[in-house]
Amino acid sequence: MADKVEFELVSPEKLLKSQPVDMVVVPGSEGDFGVLAGHSPMISTVRPGVIDVYEGDRVVDRVFVAGGFAEVTEARCTVLAEEAVALTDLDRATVEKQIKDLSEDVDDSKSDAERAAAESKLAVARAKLDALSQSSAH
Amino acid sequence: MPNLKDLKNRISSVQSTRKITSAMKMVAASKLRRAQEQAEASGPYAERMGRMLSSLAANVQDSGNGPKLMTGTGADQVHLLVVISSDRGLCGAFNGSIVREAKRQITRLQGEGKTVKLLTVGRKARDQLKREYASLIVESYEDVGRRRLGFSDADMVATKVLSMFDAGEFDVCSVIFNKFKSAISQVVTVQQLIPFAVATEAAEAAGADAKAMYEFEPDEEQILAELLPRNLSIQIYRALLESAASEQGARMTAMDNATRNAGDMINKLTITYNRTRQAYITKELIEIISGAEAL
Repeated sequence: MADKVEFELVSPEKLLKSQPVDMVVVPGSEGDFGVLAGHSPMISTVRPGVIDVYEGDRVVDRVFVAGGFAEVTEARCTVLAEEAVALTDLDRATVEKQIKDLSEDVDDSKSDAERAAAESKLAVARAKLDALSQSSAH
Repeated sequence: MPNLKDLKNRISSVQSTRKITSAMKMVAASKLRRAQEQAEASGPYAERMGRMLSSLAANVQDSGNGPKLMTGTGADQVHLLVVISSDRGLCGAFNGSIVREAKRQITRLQGEGKTVKLLTVGRKARDQLKREYASLIVESYEDVGRRRLGFSDADMVATKVLSMFDAGEFDVCSVIFNKFKSAISQVVTVQQLIPFAVATEAAEAAGADAKAMYEFEPDEEQILAELLPRNLSIQIYRALLESAASEQGARMTAMDNATRNAGDMINKLTITYNRTRQAYITKELIEIISGAEAL
C-alpha cells in the first residue's frame, strides 16, 4: 500500500490532526465507512463514535468524536468534529458520572428544547462509554 | 505662583498612572497574541466548512427547497442584530464605534418601518444601548469567554439565535462586530447570518465540480439541515474571536497613547516644578540681599 490518504481532523478551535495515513474508519451516520486512497468523493454526517486510524494493518490512533461532518475526496479525508478526544484520554469513571448527571438533567428538564439538548448530550456521553467498553474488550 | 508641594504630588500621581497604563499595554499585547493565535487556529475549520457548504448549497439551490436558514422566511420585517462588544472599557474607540454602527443600523431599519431586536454580547454594548433602546434588547450576555473564549460560548449564543428563529421571532439576523485588521486598526463589520448568503461565485464554481463529484450520505438536504446551524455557530465564533483580538489591539493602542501622554505630561510638570523651585530660590535670595543692603 504505497498510496496514503491525507487525514485531517479539525475542531472549531484548532486543526487537531493532519497526517498521511493508510486508512481511516469514520463512524458515518448511516454506518461506519473506511477510507482508503482513491475513495470516491463523498460528504457525510458523522455520528458520535470513534475514528480509527490505521497504519498498515494496525490501529495506531483512536479518536472519539462527538458528531460532525466528513468530506472525502480521492486524496483526502477531512473530518469536521464538534468535539474530539483521544480515546486514551477518556476516563471511564468521569464518563459514567457524566451519564448519571445528564440523565438527571433529562428528567429535570422543563421545556422540550431543554430536554432535547440534554438528550443529545446524553447520547454523546453514552457513545463515549460504548467506545470505552469496546476498546477495553479488544 | 503654583505650590511646589502640589506640583510634586501631581507628578507622582501621573507617574503611577503611567505605570498602570504601561502595564495594561503589556498585558493587552500578550493577550492580543493569544487571541490572534486562537483566531488563526479556527481558520481551517471555517474554511473547510465553507467549502462543504458551497458545494452542498449549489446542489440544493437548484431543487429550490433549501432549508429556511438559507432561503430565509420570505419576509424581512423583523431584524435581529447581534452586537458584539467587550466587557471592559479603556480600549479606545472600540466599543464606541460598535455602538455607533449599531445605532445607525437601528435608525436605518426603523426608518424603513422594520422592527428591530437586539442581542448584545459584552457589558459595554448593553449599557450603552440600554439608554435609548432598552425595549429592543431581547437578551444580553456578559463575561463571554472571560478566561478563554471557547467554542461553547459561541454555541450558547447560536442556540439562542436558532431557537428564536425557529419560534419565528425574526426574519433576518446580522452580527455587528469589530473585525481585526491589525493591532492599530479594527474595522466595524456588519455580516448577515440568516438567511445565510453563500458566496455565489464560489458556490457556482464548486457546484459544477460538486455535482459531478460528491456522493451525499444521507441526502443533501439532510446534511445541509445539520450543517447550517453548525455554520451559524462557527460564524458567531469567528466574530467573537475577531472581536476579542480587536479589543486587545484597541486596548494596546489606547494604552500606548496613554503612556506616551503621561510621559509628556510628566516632562511638562517637571519643567514647571524646576522653574518654580528656581523662582523661589531667586526670590529668597533677593529678600536676603535687599535685607542686608537695608542695614
